[in-house]
Amino acid sequence: MNFLDLLRTAVGNTFRSKLRTTLTVIAIFIGAFTITLTSAIGTGVGNYIDTQVASIGDTGSLTITKAVDSSSTDSGPAKYDPDASTQSVDRGPASFGFLSASDIDKVKAVDGIGTVRPAVALSPKYAEHGDDGKYVVTLTANAGELKADLASGKQLDDDTRSNQVVLPTDYLKNLGLGSAKAAVGEDLTFAVDDYQGAEHTLTARVVGVQNESLFGGGAGANTALTDAMQAAQEIGKPSSIATSYASASATVSSGADVSDVKKALADDGYTGQTIQDQLGQFQTVISGIVGVLNAFAVIALIAAGFGIINTLLMSVQERTREIGLMKAMGMGGGKVYTLFSLEAVFIGFLGSAIGAGVAIGLGTAISNVLAGTLLKDLPGLQILQFAPSSVITIILVVMFIAFLAGTLPARRAARQNPIEALRYE
Amino acid sequence: MTTPVLEVRDLTRTYGRGSSRFDALKGVSLAVNQGESLAIVGKSGSGKSTLMHLLALLDKPSAGQVLLDGTDAATLSARDVNRTRNSTFGFVFQQFFLTPKTSVLDNVVLPLKIAGVSGAERKRRGMAALDALDLADKAKNDANDLSGGQKQRVVIARALVGEPSVIFADEPTGNLDTNTGQVVEDLLFGLQRERGITLVVVTHDEELAARCDRSVNVRDGLIVGGSDARAAAAASPGAATASVATDQHGRHSA
Repeated sequence: MNFLDLLRTAVGNTFRSKLRTTLTVIAIFIGAFTITLTSAIGTGVGNYIDTQVASIGDTGSLTITKAVDSSSTDSGPAKYDPDASTQSVDRGPASFGFLSASDIDKVKAVDGIGTVRPAVALSPKYAEHGDDGKYVVTLTANAGELKADLASGKQLDDDTRSNQVVLPTDYLKNLGLGSAKAAVGEDLTFAVDDYQGAEHTLTARVVGVQNESLFGGGAGANTALTDAMQAAQEIGKPSSIATSYASASATVSSGADVSDVKKALADDGYTGQTIQDQLGQFQTVISGIVGVLNAFAVIALIAAGFGIINTLLMSVQERTREIGLMKAMGMGGGKVYTLFSLEAVFIGFLGSAIGAGVAIGLGTAISNVLAGTLLKDLPGLQILQFAPSSVITIILVVMFIAFLAGTLPARRAARQNPIEALRYE
Repeated sequence: MTTPVLEVRDLTRTYGRGSSRFDALKGVSLAVNQGESLAIVGKSGSGKSTLMHLLALLDKPSAGQVLLDGTDAATLSARDVNRTRNSTFGFVFQQFFLTPKTSVLDNVVLPLKIAGVSGAERKRRGMAALDALDLADKAKNDANDLSGGQKQRVVIARALVGEPSVIFADEPTGNLDTNTGQVVEDLLFGLQRERGITLVVVTHDEELAARCDRSVNVRDGLIVGGSDARAAAAASPGAATASVATDQHGRHSA
């Protein structure tokens, strides 16, 4: 019997007991449907993060934080360092020390580090456009390091001496700037208090309007605006007050290997993270959730595998005499084995292909609805995305599980003694 | 003298061991010549079916030899044995073993399918075999929807489709009424005469055995006698149909 005939016979045999095949296929369908959807969530979120990262590009910059040298139960209290900052910040489970001026110098001395710029907190009181009213805004310092996903206008220019600002789309209406196009080129007034509490105002030009994104909410200031606002904030500050920073951003000098630099920083007690590293943590959380969902789907598939075993065992029992006849007529055990394995694989294929197909149809519809409603604030996010490669992988994996499930019944069929089988009533 | 198609020498077949040991065959020697019809006659449990299974290479002897065209079957590989059963032998069983919900034609061409013959060639030869048995108009019917006689004719068509040189028939008329049985017998003996096919019939039906060229009686695993219709016919013409095995004790249901 050649392979095509075996395949055709196997397909024909699966349709001989339609109800039984249908029920088994439904079991596989559920597993394949679930796993296709969960992997689509993984793909959708992953792609979204990737496009966000791609819009940023590889900046070659590191965000540097200081690992806290807290006293541990083993070694007792840590030694006092007069230069170290006494401030620390908790971020989730990790706690970071603030960077003092001496820390910044140490970081600067690390091989492969180009420029180091401490992260400055800008605290504008309000922003105002003409006489359209004063509004509280957040302003990110040195935002020009990250390329914004622009709806209109240009990126921030860090080399110019004029003050520039990029606004997110949701700021435009309240500030009275109208459409994204109209906002570009308008001037905004920012007010800031100095150390003594006296108010100073700064004017900055809107050069671009940014789509809302997962990170970097609020307005962004270029270097000129950052420096000007920081200078204004520090007016009247006593010289004895040391300035410390939650983090610093450093550029990696060209030619230096980012991982080497990170290692060197780690040796000195600092943590250097690229923007990809920071996003990677976010992606790890998403992957974890998707992984748990996938695990449930896999459990469903394993249960379905037992369904296949059961179906085929019944089939082998029912067709004992048919198998005996085929063996008496010179069909080898290997061919019988292949025949039943193919039936299992075909059932697996039916379940997974239908499951994946329905998941794609339903998922695309749901995703489109969500993109217009619930996830409207995250433009460009299609929560469910079906990558052909992962759908094909799912189908192949399910077919493989089906093949494994089919081995037991197929072996039983292949080992049947034709004489016994023909006597079987 | 020409080499027999099939020959067995000192054949024994034992099932089980120890106290449950059962000797189905206790040393049987037999030769089947090309083109003849041989009846293997015996009661249930006599060992006649075991003998046929060994002749048809469906089973392996515990001791002794099975020679196929003079070649010891023990030297053949599993693949060669399968190929021999597929293309040299044809099988007709008491039960029809037709696959339900499958067309008559598909049932008939099963041996060709197993042999790996192409679809078009299968259909041509399958239809030719059905035509020879006047079943061409039933080719597309479900095999289960036929009458008993028609089913047995389909089975014969299936045995015939691979153009075998030997057909093994195990109680071919056991499930049929007398008239239908007669038709099937006529078909089998017609094929034997016209196509020179060797026919090995296992039966306890003395009338059927009497129609064969030769018969051997099996009792308790040994050949205890037989008759040679041709020899008898040569000796006294007209006596052929009267030649009946001596130790037949009527019919048994299978």
